[in-house]
Amino acid sequence: MTGISFHEVSHTYRPPRSAPTLALERVSLDVREREFLALLGPSGCGKSTLLYLLGGFLPVEAGAVTVAGKPVTGPGPDRGIVFQNFALYPWKTVRQNILYGLEKQRLPRAERERRARELIELVHLGGFDNSYPAQLSGGMKQRVAIARTLAVDPAILLMDEPFGALDAQTRALMHEELLAIIRRTPKTVVFVTHDVREAVYLADRVAVMSARPGRIKEIVDTGFAGEKGPALTGTRAFADKVEHLWDLVRGEAILAQTRRD
Amino acid sequence: MRSAVVRYSPLLLLAIAWEAVPRLGLVDPDTLPPLSAVLRAWIGLLRDGDLAVNGLSSLQNLTAGLVLAIVVGVALGVLMAWYWPVEVLVNPLVRILYPLPRSALIPVMILWFGLGAASKIAAVFLGCLLPVVIGAFNGARGVEQVLIWSARAAGATSLEVLREVVVPAAMPEILAGIRNALALSFILLVAAELLISQRGMGYLISSFGEAGAYDAMFAGVLTVSAVGFFADRLYLLVMGWALRWRG
Repeated sequence: MTGISFHEVSHTYRPPRSAPTLALERVSLDVREREFLALLGPSGCGKSTLLYLLGGFLPVEAGAVTVAGKPVTGPGPDRGIVFQNFALYPWKTVRQNILYGLEKQRLPRAERERRARELIELVHLGGFDNSYPAQLSGGMKQRVAIARTLAVDPAILLMDEPFGALDAQTRALMHEELLAIIRRTPKTVVFVTHDVREAVYLADRVAVMSARPGRIKEIVDTGFAGEKGPALTGTRAFADKVEHLWDLVRGEAILAQTRRD
Repeated sequence: MRSAVVRYSPLLLLAIAWEAVPRLGLVDPDTLPPLSAVLRAWIGLLRDGDLAVNGLSSLQNLTAGLVLAIVVGVALGVLMAWYWPVEVLVNPLVRILYPLPRSALIPVMILWFGLGAASKIAAVFLGCLLPVVIGAFNGARGVEQVLIWSARAAGATSLEVLREVVVPAAMPEILAGIRNALALSFILLVAAELLISQRGMGYLISSFGEAGAYDAMFAGVLTVSAVGFFADRLYLLVMGWALRWRG
C-alpha cells in the first residue's frame, strides 16, 4: 500500500529578506500504487516544492499529504529521493555512498556488502567501486545517486529533475536504465521535470502544473505503458501526445517567463 | 630537480648574503653573526641538550593548546551553524574578539594561571580558537541542503546527520581554519615564553639575547622558523590526503 494523496495543499515560500510568495495553491492529486507519475510545469511552478512536501523535507502548512493513508510528518526510508545535482557525499567513494543507506537500515555487514555489490552492477558501475564522485562523469554520478537511493529499497521513488544536468545522449541512456530498473523492482515514482518529451516517454500519467502559484491544470494519461522503448519516440501517437502536452504547457511557460523579473 | 633548485634559490641567496654581509664588515658581526657561526652555535645547543629540553617543552605546550583549540573550536563552530540559539549567543562574541591582538591576552593569562605551563597553553588555546571556530562555522553553514535531506531520507537521526554529513562536508573549511591556527600557535607560544621566562624556545632566545650570546640567539630563532615551516608543509601533506576526494 503506497498510494499517495495530496489534498488541498497550499504552500507559501518565505525567503529571508524578501516578500513571501504563494508557491502552491490548493493542489489535490492522487498517485496510484506502482504508477509512474510525472509532474510537468515551467520552472518556479512549485513542482519541486510538491515533491519536497511528499518527501517530508518541508512542513505541510495547509492541506494534507498522505502516504498509504498516513500523513507525512518527516523524511523516511519508504520514500527515496534523487536530486538534479546528484547530492552524493563527495568524501565517500561510490561503494561507501551506496552503503550509507544500508548502514542506516542496520542490516548485517555481509548483507550490506552483498546488496552494494548488486546495486553497483545494476547501474553498470563495476570497477568504479572505489572512485570518488569528483572522478565520475555526470551520468555516472547520477547512476550512483540512483543506486544509493534504491539501496534502501523504498516503495516510493521521488525524482527531482534527475536528468536535467545531463547531456542529451546520456539522458536518453538514463531513461532506458531507469525504465529497466523499475521493471525489475516495481515502484511508485513521482518524477518532476520541465521536459515534455521526457514526461511523455517515462510516465504513465502526466500532471501538468500552472505557473505560480502552482495548481494542477490537467492530468493526461500517456497510454504507452508496456510499449516503452526507443522505438516509441518515432511513432505518430507519441508525437501527438507530446504536441498535446506542449499546448497545455506553452501558455504557462510564457506566463512564467514574463513574470520573471 | 631543476624546479627544486629554482624554488629554493632565494633561500640559498639569503644564506650566502647572511654569511657575506657580516664577514665583509657591512654590519657589525656582533649584531648579525655570520650564518656559519649561528650553525656552529646550533650544534653546540644540540650537544648541550638545551635544544632538546626547551624544544620538547615548547612542543608539548603548543600541542596541548592547539589540540584543545581544535576540539573546542570545531564543536563550537558546528553547533553555531546548526543550532541558532548557539549562534545568537556566540557569534557576536566571535566578531567582537576577532580583531583583538591575540598576544594581548598573554598578561591576562599570567594573571589568571600564573607563571607556568598552564598560562602558555591557555594563550595558545585562546589565540587559536577563533580561526577554528570560524572555519567550522562557515563550513557547516555551507553544507548543501540536499546532502542533509538525502541522509534524513535514508533514515539518519539528527545527531547522525551532524556527525556523518555536516562535519565531513565542512572538512575543507575546518582544515583551512586549523592551518591558520597552526601558524598562530607558534607566534603565541614563543611570545608567551618570552614573557614567562622559565623554559621553552622563547625563553632560550630571550635569555641568550640578554646574555649577549647572539649566535646562539639566532640559532634559536632559526630553529623556531624551520620547525614552523616544516610543520606547515607536513600539515599540507596531511590535508591533501584527508581531502583526496576533491578530484
